[in-house]
Amino acid sequence: MNPTTDVKTYSGFRLATIFCMVILYAPLIVVTIYSFNASNSITVWKGLSFRWYVDVFIGPESTKFKQAAFNSFSIAFIAGTLATCIATAAATAIVRGGQYRLRTPSLGLITLPIMVPEIVLAVATLIFFNSIGFTRGYLTILIAHTAFCIPFAYLPIQARMQGIEDSFEHAAMDLYATRSQAFRRILLPLMLPGIISGFLLAFIVSLDDFIITNFVKGAGIETLPTAIFGSVKQGLKPNIMAISTMLLCLSIVMVTISYFISKWDKTK
Amino acid sequence: MKDKTDIAVEIQAAVKRYGNFTALHRISLSIRDNEFFTLLGPSGCGKTTLLRLIAGFEDVSEGQIYLFGDEIDTLPPHKRSVNTVFQNYALFPHMSVLQNVAFGLEMQGKSLSKARKRAGEMLELVQLSQYANRKPAQMSGGQQQRVALARALAPQPKVLLLDEPLSALDLKLRKAMQLELKHIQRETGITFIFVTHDQEEALTMSDRIAVMSNGALQQLGAPRDIYEQPHNMFVADFIGDTNLLEVTVEAISDGDAKCRIDDSHALICPAVETVVVGARLHLSIRPERMILTEEANANQSFKGTVVENIFIGTDITTIVKLETGSQITVRTSNSDRGSKRIIDVGHDAFVNMEVGAARLLAD
Amino acid sequence: MASGNGTTGGSSTTDVYNKARHWLLMPSWAILGTFVLAPVCVMLIYSFLTKEFRGGVIWDFSLAAYDQFFFDRGLFGDGDPTLQWTYITIFWRSIWQAGLATVLALLIGFPTAYYIATRPENTRALWVFLITIPYWVNLLIRTVSMKFLLRDEGPLNDLLMSTGLVDDPLRIINTNLAVQLGLFYSYLPFMVLPIYASVERYNFTMSEAAADLYASKWNTLRRIVLPAVKPGVVAGCILVFVPSLGAFLAPDLLGGAKNFMIGSLIEEQFKGNAGNWPFGAAASMILLTLVMSVLLIIARPQRSAGAKI
Repeated sequence: MNPTTDVKTYSGFRLATIFCMVILYAPLIVVTIYSFNASNSITVWKGLSFRWYVDVFIGPESTKFKQAAFNSFSIAFIAGTLATCIATAAATAIVRGGQYRLRTPSLGLITLPIMVPEIVLAVATLIFFNSIGFTRGYLTILIAHTAFCIPFAYLPIQARMQGIEDSFEHAAMDLYATRSQAFRRILLPLMLPGIISGFLLAFIVSLDDFIITNFVKGAGIETLPTAIFGSVKQGLKPNIMAISTMLLCLSIVMVTISYFISKWDKTK
Repeated sequence: MKDKTDIAVEIQAAVKRYGNFTALHRISLSIRDNEFFTLLGPSGCGKTTLLRLIAGFEDVSEGQIYLFGDEIDTLPPHKRSVNTVFQNYALFPHMSVLQNVAFGLEMQGKSLSKARKRAGEMLELVQLSQYANRKPAQMSGGQQQRVALARALAPQPKVLLLDEPLSALDLKLRKAMQLELKHIQRETGITFIFVTHDQEEALTMSDRIAVMSNGALQQLGAPRDIYEQPHNMFVADFIGDTNLLEVTVEAISDGDAKCRIDDSHALICPAVETVVVGARLHLSIRPERMILTEEANANQSFKGTVVENIFIGTDITTIVKLETGSQITVRTSNSDRGSKRIIDVGHDAFVNMEVGAARLLAD
Repeated sequence: MASGNGTTGGSSTTDVYNKARHWLLMPSWAILGTFVLAPVCVMLIYSFLTKEFRGGVIWDFSLAAYDQFFFDRGLFGDGDPTLQWTYITIFWRSIWQAGLATVLALLIGFPTAYYIATRPENTRALWVFLITIPYWVNLLIRTVSMKFLLRDEGPLNDLLMSTGLVDDPLRIINTNLAVQLGLFYSYLPFMVLPIYASVERYNFTMSEAAADLYASKWNTLRRIVLPAVKPGVVAGCILVFVPSLGAFLAPDLLGGAKNFMIGSLIEEQFKGNAGNWPFGAAASMILLTLVMSVLLIIARPQRSAGAKI
């Protein structure tokens, strides 16, 4: 476009965007490259090899990482599912329940976990479980994750629901559907993309979490982030880079799924 | 009350409030079976609210609504055998056209095959059979409108509610749909309650019209009565074009009232019941009820000067500034004009009218 | 709409789920009430208790935790109270670091978001995709990657030395700069995405109208675009500032022992037996109060804007 007549574009902004991309991707790309390093040292490049990927699965630390991965994924799946169900119910009440006194406080409570700094939430949860004498372990992680994943599942669901006019449900009820039939047959199918996005976000947030998990996990149980953190504290090792690269790929896959789900439209 | 089966919908003193705002002030209405009934009024007059009260999307604050003699105002929408054609159609976007039309029947408990069969018949009625498996988004506005109609008619409701269903269509399509709707109404024999803000649409389609404004009923009657005998200024002004003149009633005799416009001008018109001598009222004169001539006529005539001639296809609209100071609009059909020439701007003209042309308005 | 007679929205008494709404909200209240709201209350109580030396608390009311935070009473606790700068300095450094990270993220994030939003439809999706990926990648992994890149013998220094830009490796790791870079890098996508959402909704005809009325490009940006996309900018700043303030990973992995931030200070109090739980709870309460005040002040006029992630 002709720069003198184009009022939209600002010349420096392109440079800022490129800088932004370099900052965001340089560390990830470097780690991905070095994860294929044949060398024992993280500093010296000794050619292409998959040895550290093999090491992750059968190496000396493999049992620890496999157990941690199992914990992470099972917790993320259960907590994500629970949070999504709870968030869907809450979004229905808040978006479709009319005006009532409990509405604003409920919305505040649901978004509370993203307003409170994570470290504070971690401290509070630890103190709480301690005060009621709950032994820390798998279950405490699961409960804490379910609670703080709710807002992440809630936001996409609410956004989607707000985009669906209530005239669809009115039309369904006008055509003799009961409230629950209108929910099942009309609202739920229309909301599905939002619900899936909500679940994916909750899943990744749970999988990501380090601070809260670190506080409530107790001794003897690790998730992937706490295991990686513990390992990094003793020095950067190539197998960590292999794990990082695999998790990076997982994230890319999930963003891709999420992207296609948002595009996926049953109306076409 | 008359024989119950005669009345499709009976609204008794219905009031609707939203907090401090009263949307409907004690509306009472009887809508007959088999009737094409129109609720007409400008935006915000309460016509859609009234329709939603009948459909069950809103609760009445006071009053009752009866459907063929049964009180329905406390029932949820799915227990009222009325169906709605929504303004934006509200077609379920994730279902095919056929699934949309079959939905109501399914919800009524019909078997899937029966529901599909009947839905197919309904699509035939609106000539959309070949689109049965399309999604609503793949259809044009006019087609979506017909799907919405078929969907609402499929469960054979006792009354069909239509909420400005034609407002999203372009003029030509709208005209065609007006006739088709009227035709379908006559064919099915279902009572239609139609909401619109378009007076021309209302006059074209309805058996009876209820004109509403500010949450109150202004006039109820057949299209012709409403057009020719408006009860008040609002109705006269809202329905069709009109000239409003402020007058004083000077004398009443033999059912005619002598209305004084100013010292040198007066007009005879039929008196209405409530009129008393001395009242300051308005006269409504439809533009097409007057004749424009270059010479004074034997009838009642007023002298003035042509200010503007506007050619609008079938008619010529002429604006005349009268000696009394007010401006008056006269419409002459181009076919009636015959060989008469148009009086040019700036020339004198006489506006002539019969005794019955003007109508006194109650307020 | 032709018949806008105020019947839309929540005022209708027959809203679809008005009967079930309390049941639908119950699970959220149960889970979040028990495991978020109640814990915060218990934490408040703990901050007023006496510390137990092997971690944990003794149920005796005490202001010791807050006292220790603000005042120094000498080695034996019997001196005159003087202002204790250690913790206040840590808090101040955290606020400063978080604020700087927010400003930096805004300076880079705004042009990026704007640039992406003005791309043609087909390439725009790809740009958004590229910004979203880091947002979804594990923060720990991203921080570790940053540490790997910035190391004294790391790829960045290799590159700089091989191109002859520097002779000795730059000592970036374990400095305030590294923490700053880490925070900025961690939360940059949080700045870009909400601003992008705002700019995308911006009607660019307004920019043309401004140009038509003799506004320079800079004035158009300042007087027309920025006010229009302000909700997105505010949301972005909150989403960067709040997590930066309580950040733990970036200062811990990139900053080392000298560049303590609030997050590390709090974490210390609960590690092993060395900690001081009431003090940790008190520091958490102070951080929470700080964040909530910031949110109230900034977000209040923006409430309707709906800060979305």
